[in-house]
Amino acid sequence: MTPLAPVSRAARLLLGIGFFVVFVAAWAAITYGGMVPPLFLASPGATLVAGWSLFTEFNFIGDIAITVFRVVCGFLIAAAIAVPVGLAMGAFKSVEAFLEPFVSFARYLPASAFIPLLILWAGVDEAQKLAVIFIGSVFQIIIMVAVIAAATRRDLVEAASTLGARSWGVVFRVIIPSAAPQVAETLRLVLGWAWTYVIVAELIGAQSGIGHMIMDSQRLLDTGQMIFGIVMIGLIGLVTDVLVKALNRRLFPWAVI
Amino acid sequence: MSDKTLHIQGVTRSFGDMLALQPVDLTVAPGEFVAVLGPSGCGKSTLLRIVAGLDRPTAGTVALDATPVTGPGPERGMVFQSYTLFPWLTVEQNIRFGLREAGRPEAEQREIAARFIARTGLTGFENHWPKQLSGGMQQRCALARALANDPEMLLLDEPFGALDHQTRELMQELLLEIWEADRKTVLFVTHDIDEAVFLASRVLVISARPGRIKAEVPVPLPYPRDWTVKTSPEFAALKARLMADIREEVRRSAEA
Ligand SMILES: Nc1ncnc2c1ncn2[C@@H]1O[C@H](COP(=O)(O)OP(=O)(O)O)[C@@H](O)[C@H]1O
Ligand SMILES: [Mg+2]
Repeated sequence: MTPLAPVSRAARLLLGIGFFVVFVAAWAAITYGGMVPPLFLASPGATLVAGWSLFTEFNFIGDIAITVFRVVCGFLIAAAIAVPVGLAMGAFKSVEAFLEPFVSFARYLPASAFIPLLILWAGVDEAQKLAVIFIGSVFQIIIMVAVIAAATRRDLVEAASTLGARSWGVVFRVIIPSAAPQVAETLRLVLGWAWTYVIVAELIGAQSGIGHMIMDSQRLLDTGQMIFGIVMIGLIGLVTDVLVKALNRRLFPWAVI
Repeated sequence: MSDKTLHIQGVTRSFGDMLALQPVDLTVAPGEFVAVLGPSGCGKSTLLRIVAGLDRPTAGTVALDATPVTGPGPERGMVFQSYTLFPWLTVEQNIRFGLREAGRPEAEQREIAARFIARTGLTGFENHWPKQLSGGMQQRCALARALANDPEMLLLDEPFGALDHQTRELMQELLLEIWEADRKTVLFVTHDIDEAVFLASRVLVISARPGRIKAEVPVPLPYPRDWTVKTSPEFAALKARLMADIREEVRRSAEA
């Protein structure tokens, strides 16, 4: 193995799948081998059976749909506010001076710590779930977008101004397009985090969703269902990630060639 | 053809308590090609950036005719040593950038861009991203982008400094051809003596830091020039004279 030497596409795919195989094999070995009791860890087969019954008997599709809806809505609201604010902070030092200290403070507030307060304010309906995701995402996006925008190449800004661009021309036709691919990458990253917030929100005071299903299964001591729920979250995350990556490559061909 | 005169009066610049530029006085007539020659770190870029309006002088004034320079503007086009094409725009869109900022109609933007694409030899590369171009092509595009604005003057800061020797000579010939046709005022910063003599009608030698105009050498070689002048005795004599000046400054800046 040569350091930093690239590997072929096929080898990459094979190695990637390889680890899943190793992982499942180890899981099968310790469960079928009787090293852990089924009550604590269901075997791969039992997990699949539990998953089947989740879909056929417990309307798991409905849970998935509501969870996806919460993540996407909460995340989109956060992004719609955070991206413009972050760009403004990155582009204008006075806005940065005004907001940066507060945002830096706020982004260390754990979203899950707000759940009791949010239940008090918004009850246990959708608004509370969206609020958890919103709080968890908005400050992270603001800070990261601000850093990206502030790092716009100075020589490009200078070139634009010698070509006649004024302040708004520089913001809209240099800072924003130059930041766009990295902002898209940031959104992809934070969307992943939003998934963890929604599950936490659903573990407490929810009547639906993947998190709620996992809580219910715990009450019934059904580790198969619990594990299936967790695996499902991972799969949805992986698929979204791949789709968003592909979308970014299409949107910003100039950044990847 | 340019018709405005550049007046630089008593321009100095210090960074903190480090003096980068001693008082510089300079007048550049319309259509002149002036090379600013000096060792690295002597303040050439500083002077050019002040003329561009990207930097402010600590003292002194810059004016184009009677209009003082207070900031960057499209009438003073600039080409930088670093590659500054906008990576998210194609070659053609890069060249249209200034026209778009000026709110010119799209059809006109396209027509002007097409003209400069042809003049700078970029035909066939209109829809390429900057990343797909060689360094020489990127600088041709940067030149086309500055020219598309039809500026009063061109400010060039070692625009060919990062290119290999052969590409550099081709670029010099291209620039000369464009200048001979348009006669736009050019202020060209370089540390390359051959480049200065080949291109300019007047060479200013800048002293080691803090920079000042140490010598002013007219280049009486007639235009249009082609590469053969580089082998003429007049060229060699000018080069010898400038080399003596520059060597002394390089030595001083190495000791400083
Ligand atoms: N923004 C700046 N802040 C501090 N020092 C600077 C700055 N710009 C240039 N200098 C200094 O001024 C001197 C002249 O720089 P410059 O004009 O870039 O030289 P040249 O282009 O001739 O190589 C150098 O010593 C450089 O380090
Ligand atoms: Mg320089």
